[in-house]
Amino acid sequence: MSDKNDPVISGVGQSAVGRYVDRLPLLMTIDAIKEALDNAGLTVADIDGLATWPGRMETSLDMGPVGCDEVINALGLNVRWYNGAYETPAQYSAIAEAVAAVRSGWARHVVVFRTLCQGAVRHRPQDFPSVHPKRMSGVMAAMMSYHAYSAANWVAQFASRHFHEYGTTREQLAQIAINARRNGAINPKAVFREAITMDDYMSARMISSPLCLYDCDTMTDASTVIIVSAADTAKDLKSIPIRIDTMACALPGRYTWDQDVEPACYPTARRLWELSDYTVDDVDMGQLYDGFSFLTLQWIEALGFCPVGEGGRYLEGGHRISRDGEFPINTNGGQIAAGRTHAFGYVREAVRQLRGEAEETQVNREMKVAVSGAGGGPLSMAMLLVRD
Amino acid sequence: MARPLPFLTPVNRFYWEAGQDGVLKIQQCQECSLWINPPQPICRNCLSENVAPQTVSGKGTIFSVTVNHQAWQPGLEVPYVIARVKLDEVDDTVLLTTNIVGEGCLEAKIGDPVRVLFEHQDDVWFPLFELAK
Repeated sequence: MSDKNDPVISGVGQSAVGRYVDRLPLLMTIDAIKEALDNAGLTVADIDGLATWPGRMETSLDMGPVGCDEVINALGLNVRWYNGAYETPAQYSAIAEAVAAVRSGWARHVVVFRTLCQGAVRHRPQDFPSVHPKRMSGVMAAMMSYHAYSAANWVAQFASRHFHEYGTTREQLAQIAINARRNGAINPKAVFREAITMDDYMSARMISSPLCLYDCDTMTDASTVIIVSAADTAKDLKSIPIRIDTMACALPGRYTWDQDVEPACYPTARRLWELSDYTVDDVDMGQLYDGFSFLTLQWIEALGFCPVGEGGRYLEGGHRISRDGEFPINTNGGQIAAGRTHAFGYVREAVRQLRGEAEETQVNREMKVAVSGAGGGPLSMAMLLVRD
Repeated sequence: MARPLPFLTPVNRFYWEAGQDGVLKIQQCQECSLWINPPQPICRNCLSENVAPQTVSGKGTIFSVTVNHQAWQPGLEVPYVIARVKLDEVDDTVLLTTNIVGEGCLEAKIGDPVRVLFEHQDDVWFPLFELAK
């Protein structure tokens, strides 16, 4: 049953993307907003809602350089609802907030942005005065104390366990990176545009075993924007609306990166299928978080493309997940090749694919349903996007 | 390179100071016996606030392990070993993230028996582990 307030994605946009972009993060955000507005057939005056994740983060400006207030002031937005917040299930919670606002009738067109400036912070540290606490608190404290600074170290623990329990191999996991770099090679906006071979992968330097260089995405400067609109506005817009069928999250009991609990992607995916009328068999393509390749394997298992523990064997040979395979994933190169857009790049790519507007990276078959999952460890959200 | 220090609170202070006496302490609910880590002011199982540090043997096994090769910060010496350790007397509800140090540590693998040792820095005694063989 459709409703006038059903949430659809009316526009997608993105700034320049690179390992270093010499431009203010706020202006990159506005570049992406302008492209998304143009993509939808909207103007700045139409925007009445704004959302972002994680908001401005004074402790980590490379991850959160721009907050809602700065965008409102820079563009003089007349908003009737806005939200930027970190204590949420994952990156996509900003999109979920927009969905809630549109469904509630609080706003008709919500601009949702994700901006990062991890390259700029390294090139121009004086411009980004992050405030670092003298002592560590919260769930990260015990990990930082043992020089486990990077999510690579935390995800490597999951991977090490999976290899041990299920016999998963580096050669199997390699297919995530090989597929990403193969797709990145045809994406003009990708950060890495060279394909890699199994030999390249197996001889790459280790970052945190069993994860090597090619299992990791790279720090990127980028802003990506998704516009969530009410379905009854779609007839006046120039774009093909992509319906947000379902969003889901679930966190079973403990917020942790290092205790022996099921990573949140598994219950999140079960919740997605519980909430949706679609099933895994309806899905035409996947855009699955690959900040680290192993997280993609977890999402493939979690969503039910194979049983838990079979992820490695599912990936074997790599054909299934290729653009010609039964379940093409990360068709623009994912984050491993196209840069750390922090999940929003998957939504942009899914929308472009479902519309048939993905240009160089377009998969040559009709597609109706795309699934995306974002996050790792306790962070987790999934969504189903549908072209009606 | 110095370790980033945890912020000590009335709830977690016992854990980071226990090594001063050469022992490892893990919090346990005195009502329902649930082991709790990181320390909490209340038991999530029975909601009792009667939770207290218990001295454990410091023996355990490696639950998962990674060798870190990337120098994330200036002055960080690589490679080093980060593991999650399961303690012998403590059930699966508790894992300790830690470093495996000492002889043979780079070859540490899942299931290897380990024992605790402590590294003192400022007001914190970091529990580390070495291979028990």
